[in-house]
Amino acid sequence: MADASSALKEAEKQTTETETPEIMTGAEVVLRALVDQGVDTIFGYPGGAVLPIYDAIHQQDKIRHLLMRHEQGAGHAAEGYARSTGKPGVVLVTSGPGATNAVTAIADAMLDSIPLVVLTGQVPRALIGSDAFQECDTVGITRACCKHNYLVDDPDKLAHIIHEAFYVATNGRPGPVVIDIPKDVQFAAAKYEKPGPTAEHRTYHPKVDASPEAVADAIRMMASASKPVFYTGGGVINSGPEAVRLLRELVRATGFPITSTLMGLGSYPASDRQWLGMLGMHGSYEANNAMHDCDLMICVGARFDDRVTGRLDAFSPNSRKIHIDIDPSSINKNVKVDLALIGDCAHVLEDMVEAWNGLGDADARPDLSGWYGEIDKWRAVKSFSYEKSDDAIKPQYAIERLYQLTKDRETYITTEVGQHQMWAAQHFHFEEPNRWMTSGGLGTMGYGLPAAFGVQAAHPGALVIDIAGEASVQMTMQEMSAAVQHRMPIKIFILNNEYMGMVRQWQQLLHGGRYSHSYSDALPDFVKMAEAFGCLGLRAEKPDELDDKIRAMIDYDGPVLFDCRVTKEENCFPMIPSGKAHNEMILPGAIRGDEINDDGKVLV
Amino acid sequence: MSNTSVYAPSAKQEAIESRTIACIVDNEPGVLARVVGLFSARGYNIESLTVAETDEAKHRSRITIVTDGTPSILEQIVLQLARLVPVRRVGVVTGHPQALEREMALFKVVAEGEKRVEAARLADIFRAKVVDVSNTSFIFELTGTREKIDAFRELMKPLGLTDISRTGVLSINRGPEEGIGDRRRTGD
Repeated sequence: MADASSALKEAEKQTTETETPEIMTGAEVVLRALVDQGVDTIFGYPGGAVLPIYDAIHQQDKIRHLLMRHEQGAGHAAEGYARSTGKPGVVLVTSGPGATNAVTAIADAMLDSIPLVVLTGQVPRALIGSDAFQECDTVGITRACCKHNYLVDDPDKLAHIIHEAFYVATNGRPGPVVIDIPKDVQFAAAKYEKPGPTAEHRTYHPKVDASPEAVADAIRMMASASKPVFYTGGGVINSGPEAVRLLRELVRATGFPITSTLMGLGSYPASDRQWLGMLGMHGSYEANNAMHDCDLMICVGARFDDRVTGRLDAFSPNSRKIHIDIDPSSINKNVKVDLALIGDCAHVLEDMVEAWNGLGDADARPDLSGWYGEIDKWRAVKSFSYEKSDDAIKPQYAIERLYQLTKDRETYITTEVGQHQMWAAQHFHFEEPNRWMTSGGLGTMGYGLPAAFGVQAAHPGALVIDIAGEASVQMTMQEMSAAVQHRMPIKIFILNNEYMGMVRQWQQLLHGGRYSHSYSDALPDFVKMAEAFGCLGLRAEKPDELDDKIRAMIDYDGPVLFDCRVTKEENCFPMIPSGKAHNEMILPGAIRGDEINDDGKVLV
Repeated sequence: MSNTSVYAPSAKQEAIESRTIACIVDNEPGVLARVVGLFSARGYNIESLTVAETDEAKHRSRITIVTDGTPSILEQIVLQLARLVPVRRVGVVTGHPQALEREMALFKVVAEGEKRVEAARLADIFRAKVVDVSNTSFIFELTGTREKIDAFRELMKPLGLTDISRTGVLSINRGPEEGIGDRRRTGD
């Protein structure tokens, strides 16, 4: 009730204020609206079509603007900021190439459901459609890769659109929202409107509570299961700390084992005995076999992605499936489920915890001893194990040491995309949510370095490490300069194997070992490059020097580029080969060459 | 509920069905592009598409789409449409007991002699309206179900049909209640 009455007061206040609206320039409206939305930091790059907004930024001190070196970097930095705080990230770029450069980050945020508000400049309204200098159809280009977008055609609508964009970006399934603002709108006199009560949105009202009947059905199915498993995803983390707390409570109350997707790591502590590790293509043997053999799967905020399911018609053949998701279109999209609970994870989990704790003494509860017996046999396989070496640094060993030497600090990890990303997911263990930022859906090489910048901007005192590969890191390397300028002491830990390792691994598995264009030739000297940027450069080539070098990296007060030379042709195992089922994993060891049949080869 | 996989029949074995879907949307710039873009981006098919503003005061439009796909794809189409921010409501018209579907078409038939007489006679049977006439041609206006329009087209083909223009399907619910078809498929 308190919420409703305060919303009413807010509405009344707004009505009285709209009678005498404040008039300011469109550019001032942008800044004022961002302040009223609680924004403290924006990531951007100036240009002709956003000069009025940059002029307004120059004349205020409430919002910090962090200048990046490329608009894609600004987008990923905002994503890192958003993923590590739960708040929307804000990007400001110019028209034309500014907007197109941001598209990769917008698509990345779309696939991983990250709330972003992206402000793009546009040529003046009178020039739209005339192929003007630095003009592109930004709303047309971004329509397919953002949650929603706007072209502001009236200065008086600007404030309302910005507030609405924040509402759309953060409510329901989060995602990026683009606002294209013509330059003359930024100069024009515009009425300012304060943020209104969110319930006023014209059309967009996602359902947050599941029906009590569906919750009761779910609890009945859970109470009668004998081989249950929780399968959780990024939706739990997106929902917020309350959803994470309730998930942990429900998992502990039921005693069921739990696995997470790449995006869900950290929602359940990796040190707990009910934790099975990550599932999917490079997930643990125990997680994938538990998914395959379970009789009840409870999917919370995950989307049955192809990297998780493997071969669809052999996916968990004997289980009933419950799917909790805020997006109705995720239900039955890839895998048909028996029961759908549409709503926000925190709301649904709260009802489920209550219903589970309300089970009477006479109600059946699963006997899980046999199930954990099976799981222990799979665990004994130790599918993340690897051959140790005394004279060369194994990439897995490097991650293990990095984890051991940083686990007692406030550590945030970002990654690029490829083998190093999977090794990080396997060997770095997360106890808390929002500590792991990786490009899961789009798989964007170059994500990690600018994302680390954004995380550091939100958490100035924390240790922020980008676990990188030598190929990925070259895609957004220019942001080291931004890190130096803004004193972001990010640590770029490069597992340098001189290959695009995942490409090379697939070429070995699928293409007869013909390593077409996957060798990282003509690599820069990363230590000298670090020095050229004004950072510290470190290199480790032998296992016995690794710990000291990692400590030196942590202790240095500034950005560090760490060139960790690892064994060159290490493969990332275990692996579900494409076109195969969860129980057909390749375990660490030699590759025979016939793991993937012709049907599998066409898959990505 | 049985304890077996619900995934048993694979999507490939499902039959393709045609379905009419109606949406009420806010008539804002780009809304049609969002709807059409959704179909092309996800590989769905559009057989016909009809759109016009239906409430000028509230700036709302009704979009009626005839599409086809397997039952699971058709369910996805409805859910994906419902996810678009300016879409207010989505309903499945096909199979709804109250749903009424109509299409209008204009036919140009160029004929003389016996064929001309036969065309006029068939038009009369179909209750088509003659909206233009010359010594050698007719333009007929016909409304009805898609099947009726298709049948008339087949009859006119041997009689000198030269041109045809169709509106695509429109739909509305019978009876006093307002509605756009079956909403159970939208997941709420």
